[in-house]
This record gives sequence, structure tokens and C-alpha cells, in this order.
Amino acid sequence: MSAKQVDTRGLSCPQPVVLVDRALADGYADLEILVDNEVARENVSRLINRRGLKVDISQNGADIIIRTAKA
Amino acid sequence: MKNIFATRTGIIVVGAVIGIGAALLQYFGNPPNMGICVACFERDIAGALGLHRADVVQYLRPEIMGFVLGAFAAALFAGEYKPRGGSSPLIRFFLGIFAMLGALVFLGCPWRTLLRLAGGDGNAVLGLVGLVFGIFIGVLLLKNGFSLGRSYPQRKASGWIFPALMVGLFLLLVFQVSFTPGGPIFSSVKGPGSQHAPIIISIIAGLIIGALAQRSRFCTMGAFRDMILIRDFHLVSGVAALLVFAFVMNLFLGQFKPGFEGQPIAHTDHLWNFLGMTLAGLAFVLAGGCPGRQLFLSGEGDMDAAIFATGMIVGAAFAHNFAIASSPKGVAAFGPAAVITGLIFCLVIGFTQRDKIVA
Repeated sequence: MSAKQVDTRGLSCPQPVVLVDRALADGYADLEILVDNEVARENVSRLINRRGLKVDISQNGADIIIRTAKA
Repeated sequence: MKNIFATRTGIIVVGAVIGIGAALLQYFGNPPNMGICVACFERDIAGALGLHRADVVQYLRPEIMGFVLGAFAAALFAGEYKPRGGSSPLIRFFLGIFAMLGALVFLGCPWRTLLRLAGGDGNAVLGLVGLVFGIFIGVLLLKNGFSLGRSYPQRKASGWIFPALMVGLFLLLVFQVSFTPGGPIFSSVKGPGSQHAPIIISIIAGLIIGALAQRSRFCTMGAFRDMILIRDFHLVSGVAALLVFAFVMNLFLGQFKPGFEGQPIAHTDHLWNFLGMTLAGLAFVLAGGCPGRQLFLSGEGDMDAAIFATGMIVGAAFAHNFAIASSPKGVAAFGPAAVITGLIFCLVIGFTQRDKIVA
């Protein structure tokens, strides 16, 4: 199954978290989240960790890609 | 690079520094239970510029300039200075205006709500409950798909405008500029505006808090919002630290005076204390940050936050020119009407500005 993409670039706090939370609540465990700032990276990572998943972070130009992974 | 201030310990330390700093600023001359109040201090700046003529609340507060410039420096240093903007600027401007109207009906921003509590002002309980209720309404709107839309990267130089404005204001203060005889820059000779710590202490405190808050993402509104929205207690631990440390410092400095009547720069109208902060809390959620956080974001280059902050300064002028701001005597003639208008505005914005929920 391919990862579900969540593009949070340009969205102000807390919308990145809201979108990711909704995707997790909808049963998607395999997410690929695009964020464009450190605050969103921290907040989204913290949420994913609290939901019992791990995060895998990589940089793509100005964007940060957060992938969820099984803990 | 690991950001130690974004950890649980980090946010608690930052909350404690703000709490202790605020109590000390009071000790050094800032108004009682108002060591730091972003709303009140922006209101004083509006007065100093002559945008309103309430002669007891006019002073170019260096703390505000320090917040923006400290955050600006910290963001530059950490590589987080990113000019951005374009997410519903006009709506944010009006959210800033109404947030200020609500805050001035209560007489304080969320920071001062905590500081009033830490100083023993029971009326602040109503303000705090109102704030949380407003945030609760905002969270429901967020869950319903509320969004002011995306911001977009802007050119590097554009993010300098707000910090440069703060430098300009600071210079006007330091050189005591007078534009016309009897005209601005105004500086209160009585009332809260006349009570202030020495400039050097105020600006240094502002710079330190601005830098720490930028690194830690300290936000009072976000604290309650995250608790309600996702049961996340990260930010609220910083808010709790602010309250506890300000309280302990107040005890230590003899600044704790419990009660409801006769509290400094406060009134006892419970209903409008509650509803004023309900409006402010709701407007903060819709705009994505408490007044302090909006200043720190402005320093990072967030021009949407800078527009909200500018809206707050303009809102303060309206509040005093149009008999909306409360005084220790009580709620002003048009305070209630302004709060109701603001609540209607925020609800209309909350229900109309939505992204489709992709389920």
C-alpha cells in the first residue's frame, strides 16, 4: 500500500497537526507528511510519537518530509 | 541541531523565566499584576503614538520591541528566519482588532490573566475560564475544517519590516522625540502608563524572553488548545510554570494580595470579564497564536502574524476612542456591544473559512 500524502506546507499552527491527527484517526498508519517549518516538524513528530508510531525525517530542498513507521 | 528549548524541560524553564521576569519587572516599576501584558503594552504604544488619547495609558513599552527583536535574532541564528505571508491578511487584521477589544474589556492578555492570578486577583479566574471557553469554541471550529488558507514564502527583505519598525519605536523612546509641542510621542505622567521599569531593564528582559519564546514556541493559547484538541500537555506545562513561578516570586516580593475588590487595573464585572476573554480566546485560536506568540512569529518573518499584531494596536486605539476599554471603575458604555460584535464576527469567519474535509 502506498503512503497517504498530507501536504501541510504554508498552513499555520495547529492545522498541520489537525490534518495528521485526522488522517491517523481515519486509520491511515502509513503517512508521508510534507512540512515547511521546524515548528510543524516538532509538533507533527510529537503527535505521531504520542500515537505510538515512529517518525522518519528527511529533507527535500526547503521542505521536510516526515514518514510514519511502526514503533 | 537539537533544539533543547523545544523539550518538556525547555518549555518549563522558559515559562519559569517569564514568570520570574514578570514579577521582577513589576518590582522594578511596571504596573501591578502587569509585569508583562502584551495587550496592555501594545495599547500603551498606541497611546504613545497618539492613536488614542487616554492619558493614563501612553508609553512606548520596550518589552514589546524586545519580544520581536529577540525572536528575530534567535530565528536568524537558528536558521528559522523565513519570511512568509498571504494567509487571509485582512481577516487576521480584524481578528487582531477584536482580540484587543475583548482583552481590554477584561483588562489583560492571557499572560496578564496568569499574572493577575499569581498576584491574587480573583477576577482573573473569570478571565481564565472565559479564555478557555473561547479556545474551546475555536477548537470545535478547527475540527470542523476551519482554515485561513496557506501562506507563501516572501522575499527575504520583507520580513525585516516589522523588526525595523520596532527598532524605530525604540529609538523614538530612547531619544524622547517630540513631534509637536504638547503632541506625540506621549508618555503618561500618571496612571499605569507612567509606571515602568528602567528602559534598559525592560528591553533586556524583552530580548531574553523574545529569544527564549521563539526557541521554545511558548504560547498560552496553544497550551489550552492542544490540551483540548489532541490531549497534548507540552505547552501547558510552560504556562503552569509561568503561573507557579510568578506566584512564588510575588509571595517573596510582597506582591501577593488575594481578593476580588480593589485589585490593581481590574474590575469586578464577572460576566464581561468572562465574555471579553471568550472573544479574545476565540480570536487567538482563529489567528493561530496568543498575542505574545504573534509577536515572536512576527520576528521570524511571519507577516500574517505581524498584521494581527498591527490589528491589535489599531484595536487598542478604537477601544479607548470609542468607550470600549474597561477601567477599574467597570465596563465602559460600548464594551458589551463591541464584545458581542466581535463574537459574531469570529463565528461568521469560523463557519465560512473552511477547507473541505477530505475523509
